[in-house]
Amino acid sequence: MRDDIAAIFEQVLGRPVAISDDTDIVEDLGMDSLGVMNFVMAIEDFYDLSIPLDRVAQIQTVADLIRAVEELKSGTAA
Amino acid sequence: MTILAKHAGYRQAYDALLAHGVDPLNVRFDSVLSPTEGLWNGRRTILLGTNNYLGLTFDSDCIERAVEATRGQGTGTTGSRVANGTYDGHKRLEEALADFYGREHAMVFSTGYQANLGVLSTLVGRGDHLMLDADSHASIYDGSRLGMAEVIRFRHNNPDDLYKRLRRLEGVPGDRLIVVEGIYSMLGDTAPLKEIAAVKRETGAYLLVDEAHSLGVLGRTGRGLAEAAGVEADVDFIVGTFSKSLGSVGGFCVSDSPDFDLLRIVCRPYMFTASLPPGVMASTHEALKKLRAEPALRVNLMRNATRLYDGLTAMGFQTGPEPNPIVAVTMPDQTTAGVFWKMLLESGLYINLAVPPATPANASLLRTSISAAHTIQQIDTALDIFADVGRKLGFLQSDRRRAAGAL
Ligand SMILES: Cc1ncc(COP(=O)(O)O)c(C=O)c1O
Repeated sequence: MRDDIAAIFEQVLGRPVAISDDTDIVEDLGMDSLGVMNFVMAIEDFYDLSIPLDRVAQIQTVADLIRAVEELKSGTAA
Repeated sequence: MTILAKHAGYRQAYDALLAHGVDPLNVRFDSVLSPTEGLWNGRRTILLGTNNYLGLTFDSDCIERAVEATRGQGTGTTGSRVANGTYDGHKRLEEALADFYGREHAMVFSTGYQANLGVLSTLVGRGDHLMLDADSHASIYDGSRLGMAEVIRFRHNNPDDLYKRLRRLEGVPGDRLIVVEGIYSMLGDTAPLKEIAAVKRETGAYLLVDEAHSLGVLGRTGRGLAEAAGVEADVDFIVGTFSKSLGSVGGFCVSDSPDFDLLRIVCRPYMFTASLPPGVMASTHEALKKLRAEPALRVNLMRNATRLYDGLTAMGFQTGPEPNPIVAVTMPDQTTAGVFWKMLLESGLYINLAVPPATPANASLLRTSISAAHTIQQIDTALDIFADVGRKLGFLQSDRRRAAGAL
């Protein structure tokens, strides 16, 4: 999953990125609010799900994102 | 460190503009002379950014009604309708709005912002789903945060993306409410409402349209985009404001929902704020009568809007997708936009500088809004000033005469 996410980051940012679980999406990748929105929408398309805005607000690192996608995919989201 | 230090990022962006002598947040008019002219720095300045679509702020009947009501009933209600009661003016304005829209119910709020806060936070609650266009106005986003519903954002003006997201919710319990705007306030583009209404029907969602910028602007009788698109029957709730085409302040919601009046006892941004003063209700009511009685206002408005849009587009400026009374020119960056804006003002033309994060796609925009009260001469003067500043800043590709000739 992390490879897919890295590929989506690259597609949105237009440059290669190295990510780990701890990568902070805003701080480390230098994304602004628009970048984050485009990125979230690309993730939503790829995994065929919608991430509600309150969930988006809780996502800070790549690990947070992976957890959110997994929970939403399996329908166990809080 | 101060308590506000966390917002320092915004200060940096603002300081960068200030460094170029651009201060869009401190434009002080010595006086406002008419719907289309103000005095700035001692100079007569064309107002082309005030959302005063029908130019009714100086209408003598509207002023007269406001004066009468103020003399007769005082300057303010000094409290909410729950606490201090409903004035005759509240009731009559609500009846007039319901009659105008051909709906059973209408409710008046103290601002359009509060109408969105109140309606969006109350119609949907925990376990429901609120579907917002990504480019929604701040009041819509804020309303979504005040309530307990799950908020899902769809791509701007993209009914397919909306449909896809509603499909993903299949089998999930809870009401769905789709929220779109008639005319989007930054680029002046309209929502594809026919297609959105079709999605609504197919998915069993409710549909709310914020006609803030389209009331009195679109539709055969001025009811807005829902009327223009011929889908009023599919729109469950219409929200709007008095602060633009009706020339005052306040907001409203109309609907045929049978138990609509429940909102009056559960909607906090309605219950816990002072109601509109008598003078405001009286001028608004009169302005609504004018809007209905004088379709020529809309004809003039669209004539002016099209003239400005066509003129700017022909000069080679990057404008929005359709001619409407909001015409925005996209600038390459914030500093250029700021300098352009300042030179326009110093040349006698006031418009809005719109910069991220308030803008779609983080664009830097020169945003104009057009009035029925502008004369053709004023529109042409505005075009000349745009051409002049554009030339000085190295923007212009083609001649403004071509624009005029095309009209
Ligand atoms: C789309 C939209 N909705 C609501 C509002 C709020 O209106 P008001 O100025 O009455 O609070 C505005 C304008 O500011 C708007 O552009």
